[in-house]
Amino acid sequence: MSSLTESGLPRTAEPTDETLREVALTRDEYQEACHRLGRPLTPVELGIVGGMWSEHCGYQHSRPLLKRFPTEGPRVLVGAGEENAGAVDIGDGLAIVMKVESHNHPSAVEPFQGAATGVGGILRDIFTMGARPIALLDSLRFGSLESARSRRLAEGIIGGIGWYGNCVGVPTVGGEVMVDRNYDGNPLVNAMCVGLIRHEDLKGANASGVGNPVILFGADTGRDGLHGATFASLEDPESSHRGVVQVGDPFMEKLLIEACLEILHMPSLVGLQDLGATGLTSSVVEAAARGSGGISIDTDRVPRRTQGLTPYEVMLSESQERMLAIVERGHEAEITAVFDRWGLHSETIGEVDDSGNLRVQASGELVAELPVGLLVDAPTYTFPVERPAYLADVQLLDPADIPEPADLNTTFLALLGAPNIASRAPVFRRYDHMVGTNTVIDPGGDAAVLRIKGTARGVALSTDGNGRLCYLEPREGGRIAVAEAARNVSCVGALPIAVTDCLNFGSPDDPTVYYQLAEVIQGMAEACRAFGVPVVSGNVSLYNEAVGSAIWPTPVVGMLGLLEDLARRCDSGFIAAGDGVYLLGGGEPGLAGSEYLSQVHGLVAGRPSIDLEQEVALQGLVRDAIGRGLLRSAHDCSDGGLAVALAESAFAGGIGLTCRDGPLAVDRALAVDGVARDDVALFGESPSRIVVSVGAVDAPALEQMARVLRSPCRRLGTVGGDRLVIGPLDVSLDEAMMAWSGGLADALGGRG
Amino acid sequence: MRAAVVVFPGSNCDADARHVLTEVAGIATDFVWHTQTELRGYDAIVLPGGFSHGDYLRTGAVAARAPVMASVREAAGRGVPVLGICNGFQVLLEAGLLPGAMLHNAGIDFRCEWVHLRVDRTDTAFTNACTEGDVLRMPIAHGEGNYFAPPELLVRLEDEGRIVFRYCDPDGVVAPDANPNGSMAGIAGICNESRNVIGLMPHPERASEADLGSADGRVFWASLLAMVTA
Repeated sequence: MSSLTESGLPRTAEPTDETLREVALTRDEYQEACHRLGRPLTPVELGIVGGMWSEHCGYQHSRPLLKRFPTEGPRVLVGAGEENAGAVDIGDGLAIVMKVESHNHPSAVEPFQGAATGVGGILRDIFTMGARPIALLDSLRFGSLESARSRRLAEGIIGGIGWYGNCVGVPTVGGEVMVDRNYDGNPLVNAMCVGLIRHEDLKGANASGVGNPVILFGADTGRDGLHGATFASLEDPESSHRGVVQVGDPFMEKLLIEACLEILHMPSLVGLQDLGATGLTSSVVEAAARGSGGISIDTDRVPRRTQGLTPYEVMLSESQERMLAIVERGHEAEITAVFDRWGLHSETIGEVDDSGNLRVQASGELVAELPVGLLVDAPTYTFPVERPAYLADVQLLDPADIPEPADLNTTFLALLGAPNIASRAPVFRRYDHMVGTNTVIDPGGDAAVLRIKGTARGVALSTDGNGRLCYLEPREGGRIAVAEAARNVSCVGALPIAVTDCLNFGSPDDPTVYYQLAEVIQGMAEACRAFGVPVVSGNVSLYNEAVGSAIWPTPVVGMLGLLEDLARRCDSGFIAAGDGVYLLGGGEPGLAGSEYLSQVHGLVAGRPSIDLEQEVALQGLVRDAIGRGLLRSAHDCSDGGLAVALAESAFAGGIGLTCRDGPLAVDRALAVDGVARDDVALFGESPSRIVVSVGAVDAPALEQMARVLRSPCRRLGTVGGDRLVIGPLDVSLDEAMMAWSGGLADALGGRG
Repeated sequence: MRAAVVVFPGSNCDADARHVLTEVAGIATDFVWHTQTELRGYDAIVLPGGFSHGDYLRTGAVAARAPVMASVREAAGRGVPVLGICNGFQVLLEAGLLPGAMLHNAGIDFRCEWVHLRVDRTDTAFTNACTEGDVLRMPIAHGEGNYFAPPELLVRLEDEGRIVFRYCDPDGVVAPDANPNGSMAGIAGICNESRNVIGLMPHPERASEADLGSADGRVFWASLLAMVTA
């Protein structure tokens, strides 16, 4: 192949605005690329640069901000941005590979396939590293389920996640479902995958060794998903980009997993790389950047499922379930024999070199020649930042303006059945959460726990993020998101050791959205430092807007916790009548951003905050108490406040409780400005609180530990009976459980 | 003794079945690939759960025509115990080794949850260590577990005592509320005439260790060992 500049291929005319819009490049970016290259771009090059410089691949808007996260730690084996996912040491020579990624825009257009291919994509990020996927989690946000469109989107998304995960045989062990009008038309689908691997088996996605062949295997290439990455970087995808959604095949993915894990141990395998956003383009560019620096591709050799694909389309197709293997020259046959056995089509489509360039050939002619360095170094932007004016208004909240409900029992039952509080079983029972025979704590508790076969260890997994709180106070919301995810894994007895995060925001071109992004990241970074947990991987999803308004700033934190001794774990359900019920921790009681305020009073207001020092102490206390075997149950106090947390522990254990006036006494003791109200005490959502139950013989030891750690610990009441008696509340366990069990299924339209 | 776990492309409970057979039951176990045609030397055969061939066409339909199935049929004819779990049950139905068919769950959706099973027959290869009426707690995870048999077949199964497990409540009462998928007569598992081939939708391999929430499934492996080593 001669070089493009030498051969003087037809120079491309200056692209029209429409062409640039098509590839999602600004005029400035186009000129920047031409300037760096020293010549105009060919049409194929234009598509390649557009894909690589999209926010989805290039992190143009977020990269400078992401540097605020702590990313290092003694357990980090593969850090953020180094490979397809992060890897963390969990002892015994084993590592967890983890990452979360969004598939919001495709899911808004075609919910079933959009969500399904989100699961497929995150799985590939994990097994590309050589790890066997052992768990999936899905953090979902839907618009108000009162709208038929939101219900249709929710049904499709839940169905697609189940369809893909169930078939591929990786358990879906956790996640979240939150509902709010704010996500109307722009649902969020964040899929997290966790894999297990021995340290020495970690494989890089690198194209090294000049002359080594590049083998494409898995599904054939079609026209599906063209411009998915650029599409995810544009506002309101539905307006102009129908048809870009990809279609998944979980059976093919299952074959890919098994084939990849089989070739992993073959010395002739140099590198493995998946094809994700921008398809072949980012796949080969990233592999070359991590390897010998250059790569050449012959698009004629790419197996197709459609006639008449142009080189441009081949390079940018986002057909699913495709992988690349870089293999030592001369050893292709031993690798492809494995693919043949699994019934996977494979073809050598290119070769590694050290030219520093991506060279693409079609029909014997060179159609693109771009420096890899140019492609992986997208221009980054920092934007004007402006504190949103709405903050001053929404942060004002005077409880005196909030009428106290006349009948607290009725309010309690309504809250238990509210879509954001009711049992999640109608969703997670549609997912196989047990395949793999590792799931020790099923979904529905604070964190899922998986055992690690062949060791005494276990891992705890949780995803958390509260868009409403981040909307009200972005920095505190970011801190609270990390703290809650850590609290959830602490509640099962696990030590939080690593974070993967997905940042879902509106358009960063809006200075107030950019403020939210910067503040939430700052808050998350502060909390990660407080807990000593590094961020090892993540994803940014911007331009989440529908009909011109941004979604709430919604970070999703995926937390990995480690249980050195699986036997020392704790579940959320009460165990035995007579056990004491205690509240550990306790911030200022408040209604800020609470589900109660939103659900019962239709208000999103207040200024949430968290004391990280107190939070760290609280989590240390609960882990130590579990480690010493003192606790019968532990449960995070979150949406719906103390009353709902107590009820959930009762439901999980199938046994009631009596707290005559415990919560009120607590609240009065902490009351600020003399405000002590039953609704605030019962349904307020101050962070840093955990409800535990303790056998009589262990209660003094728990109280003693709390004194030493200077963490609040107050007795609320006693487990037992078939009623929930919580201060002024008194309802039967059956009635409460019925409201709680059916609430979400009813809201979803009876499915589940 | 030696057991075989048959692996079809898309099987995903194959490793779970082998884990339980080797680590819990202490039975040496091999994976057998779907194209293999030699099953001599195995004292038991397990068809595991999963989505063989993606369950494209119909659940179990493609796998039922795999080369290995002729050998499974031959081994079953020799009296070798054969256990089909979930997708493995569906494969046995499609292969004609067990009668009847699977429909979509009555509630349409895939269901993964804990259920209770009543053991109605203890004269089979995998239930001889049970007492009639025992209640076992196990998970299900399927979208098509709604067992269907034409009326005359159902009568025959009842008469011949081939309904081995029925969904029940924790007290062993077979009732519509305890049936997760609308299965006819609450059927969760059946056996062949010779009582050595058993298929069921629930997963005993997921309920054989206390850490996983139930060890009730161990009775399957105890029964198998008792029968083979008797």
